[in-house]
Amino acid sequence: MYKKFDDKIIQLSHGDGGIKTGELINNLLLGYFGNDILNRLEDSAVLNCSSKKIAYTTDSFVVDPIFFPGGDIGKLSICGTVNDLVTTGCTPIALSLAFILEEGFPVSDFKRILSSIKNTINANDLKIVTGDTKVVEKGSVDKIFINTSGIGAIDNNLDLSPRRIKAGDKILINGGIAEHGIAILGSRKEFNFKSSIKSDCASLFPLVRDMISVSKKIHALRDVTRGGLASVLFEMSRASGTGIDIYENEIPIKKEVLGICQFLGLDPLYIANEGKMIIFVDKKEAGRVLDAMKKNKYGEDSRIIGEVTEKYPKSVVSKKSYEGNVVLVTRLGTRRTLDLQFCEQLPRIC
Amino acid sequence: MNSKTRELILSLNNNKPARKINIMEVCGTHTMAISRYGLRQLIPENINLISGPGCPVCVTPAGDIDWIMEIMEQYEISLFTFGDMLRVPGTRSSLYGKRSEGKDINICYSPSDALDFARKNPVKKVIFLAIGFETTIPLTAVIVKRAYLEKINNFYIFNTHKLIPEALELLVNDREIKIDAFLCPGHVSVIIGSKPYGFLAKNYGIPCVISGFEPEDILQSIAMILEQIKKETAEIEIQYRRVVKEEGNPAAVRLIYEIFDKSDSTWRGLGNISGSGLKLKDRFLKFDAGTQFPVKKIRSGEPAGCECGNVLKGIKRPFECRLFSKTCKPESPVGTCMVSREGSCAAYYKYERKHKNIKSDTKNLYKNR
Repeated sequence: MYKKFDDKIIQLSHGDGGIKTGELINNLLLGYFGNDILNRLEDSAVLNCSSKKIAYTTDSFVVDPIFFPGGDIGKLSICGTVNDLVTTGCTPIALSLAFILEEGFPVSDFKRILSSIKNTINANDLKIVTGDTKVVEKGSVDKIFINTSGIGAIDNNLDLSPRRIKAGDKILINGGIAEHGIAILGSRKEFNFKSSIKSDCASLFPLVRDMISVSKKIHALRDVTRGGLASVLFEMSRASGTGIDIYENEIPIKKEVLGICQFLGLDPLYIANEGKMIIFVDKKEAGRVLDAMKKNKYGEDSRIIGEVTEKYPKSVVSKKSYEGNVVLVTRLGTRRTLDLQFCEQLPRIC
Repeated sequence: MNSKTRELILSLNNNKPARKINIMEVCGTHTMAISRYGLRQLIPENINLISGPGCPVCVTPAGDIDWIMEIMEQYEISLFTFGDMLRVPGTRSSLYGKRSEGKDINICYSPSDALDFARKNPVKKVIFLAIGFETTIPLTAVIVKRAYLEKINNFYIFNTHKLIPEALELLVNDREIKIDAFLCPGHVSVIIGSKPYGFLAKNYGIPCVISGFEPEDILQSIAMILEQIKKETAEIEIQYRRVVKEEGNPAAVRLIYEIFDKSDSTWRGLGNISGSGLKLKDRFLKFDAGTQFPVKKIRSGEPAGCECGNVLKGIKRPFECRLFSKTCKPESPVGTCMVSREGSCAAYYKYERKHKNIKSDTKNLYKNR
């Protein structure tokens, strides 16, 4: 049994390594996340891993506001890192969790975030194996920043990478775009509009597992977060040295999301998602993968949105300076370039 | 694509004009839609769509940016403006740069946010950098009137508002440009209606169509222009009927002239145009940041080699500027037309620089997906 943690607000002493820090760790954090490895409270967690290949990633979360429709900074910090991990096709085996808290942050809000993290890790069968908490003076951070990192074991026969993308591959997405960005926007106080849009924040581990189990010809995965669909396609085109054609008509997007984007002059192709992934798969197996995705809760609205055109398109002068070539085929059948965006549409989105 | 659009495109191509036609789209939102949907790929080659001066950010002279920055430098100010203004280059720096240095510069989505802030923070001096054409002027007029009625003493506007029809008159008188027809702005016309363009048809014989912003609207407007040219008439037609009325919004226009008088105004690239600007009436002068925060006049200059002026007049296309996509890119703009999302150079850069020579095969439209 853990003792109760009755403090009402976070104080500098909760992060100074003394008695209060001990209380925070033992009475609060271990209560939520305790497991055989974390409970040892050693400087490093020692893990067993049977796989030769591991995936390793890290991400920091500074989203404003910390609670938003469809999620909160806690859920986001786990889903974000898990989704980065599973783009390699790995099985996540361990996560780290580190907080930077602002002095004066209400413990009630902190508990809400911790319980959201707990729900997310339990739902995905994950473990927090190491962590850290720092508290800084009021004004030095905004409420709470979170960093997580994760390690996953990759099946030795699996190799998902942009290098494997080839002309003819189909490109799939697991549902409507731009929902996270618009949900965040709608919950900011400077925007005076109400919408029913929720963040798509979700762990895609179960979806990836389902996809990999039906096809060995998935060539690459990428989660579609900051910068939106366009930026991620652009990066994949550059990394794989191929061209990409995307069909505007096929890109799933909720009517309400599109309406808000048009009203505010935002391009939904560049707006953040937190539960979307693009999948590059051999054209012969695209149908099978699509069916598997549609059966999963996080892939019901999956669609084939485009295809890979050619290795180093003809217009490219030198392979070294290849900048990527993504073309959007508009609903009128005309073609236009998709580029990286040059300025943030919205800061502190994740 | 629905069958109506398909037929529209086919009929445009079947009724190809006998000679080369220059159609100027005045509004930046039209420029953006044309590039974004690749409309040039769908119309006959001898219809030349050229961009006009209808992006408010683009026509803001460097001098105005230098001036407001000098005010920010010398006084303790909280500045509010629309997002795109932040990146407009002055002679030396931009508001974006000033914000990074720690100046209190805020992006707002409605001018009333600035007034609210002033109300809640009576010790701060709040300036709203007012920009835009007839579309946004009534919004500024409303907040000035409100500030006046509520006797708010810490709120000011830095006024760069400009009027569209006066600029169009300058363009048709310019001998270097040969404009055969105007695609008139939709949003501006919601306020002013169709009558203020009347002189273009009557005195200069130039067909005008007030167009909506969907690609289908623009294609239909082009078809209406071709029809006028074919019949050798010149009228002001409204394609954007679902929003624009002939009389416009008289209440909004009345409000504008309750607060402002017409004045001269300097446009980047076009120079000083008589009667194309607005100044606050005398009794509202206490809200005028320019007079309330005097600063020494600074020497301003437009960047060397920048062709924004010629681009704004439609004399040159963005590709023809030697800085385009070399030193002048959206992430490091030299001229204003590359700054604004609605600037011609930004539109060409973003959507068309890799497709400038593509022509869609309109014969195959029926086969298309």
